[in-house]
Amino acid sequence: MNLIENENYKVAYDSEHQSVVFSGILRLGGMAEYAPIAECLEQAVAENSELKLSLKALEFLNSSGIAMLSKFVISARNKAEFSLQIIGSSEIPWQGKSLKNLQRLMPSLSLVLE
Amino acid sequence: MAEIFGNYFEVTPEQGAEHMCLSFKPSSVPIKQRWRNNGLSADFLGDYLTTFFPKNNNDPASIKKQVSIRDAAAYIANELLENAMKYSNEDGKVPNSIDLTLMEDKLIFTEINGINNEQENSFKSFIDELENNDPDELYMQRLEESAMTDISSGLGYLTMINDYQAAVGWKFDINNGEHKVTTQVVISI
Repeated sequence: MNLIENENYKVAYDSEHQSVVFSGILRLGGMAEYAPIAECLEQAVAENSELKLSLKALEFLNSSGIAMLSKFVISARNKAEFSLQIIGSSEIPWQGKSLKNLQRLMPSLSLVLE
Repeated sequence: MAEIFGNYFEVTPEQGAEHMCLSFKPSSVPIKQRWRNNGLSADFLGDYLTTFFPKNNNDPASIKKQVSIRDAAAYIANELLENAMKYSNEDGKVPNSIDLTLMEDKLIFTEINGINNEQENSFKSFIDELENNDPDELYMQRLEESAMTDISSGLGYLTMINDYQAAVGWKFDINNGEHKVTTQVVISI
């Protein structure tokens, strides 16, 4: 388990279950501050052929975080035969508004809002 | 002489049903140390608004509306405050401020900060790009670019416009020799 966390958020990469789970509030100050999370996501793409990303407990993400997720989705798109599922929550308004754009970047992405 | 771009209109607090303003002195404290104040202020504004959209536990629509307005207000206010902190002229005397005015059918965010020449030119070139392109295409283009560069410039405004259906406008003017920019974001409620 690869875990990145502080008092506001937690990102856990579980290689055994091919999943990355985000929770809390992510409002870091630009791409440089997102680098450790971006690197963890890159590692998850490199090590797997399918991956499940759970954002169900991610209450808030700023636009720099959206850029970080876009970068990850593009990296997944560019890897041949890679299957990506993103699970969000229909109870968290930003997810219904902004996550669909990730699917536009990678049409084969499976987006589920539970 | 003020220069106006986008959807901008003068609004006075008297026009709104409710109004709240937070003002901050430009500071020499490092941004990293002050960054969390953006989220705290944005959440405060979002929570403050919920008073005017009470939820009735027997009415799911009222619960959804309150959650949705709180989320949108916190997102937009946070993006405006982050931009102001990253791009304002910290050597100037113009305080950073954010004003939230609640009207019958809309919410108006008005953010003011001082700006230096270089910041002003860069900001105006982004506004020019926004006015001459389809915002949706520009948004997707910026997301694609995020994979190539570590710069996510303008993405906050593009999410407000595309994902929150916000109307955005700017006023650049000079006050006592100091340049300032007023950013206005309007969403329907």
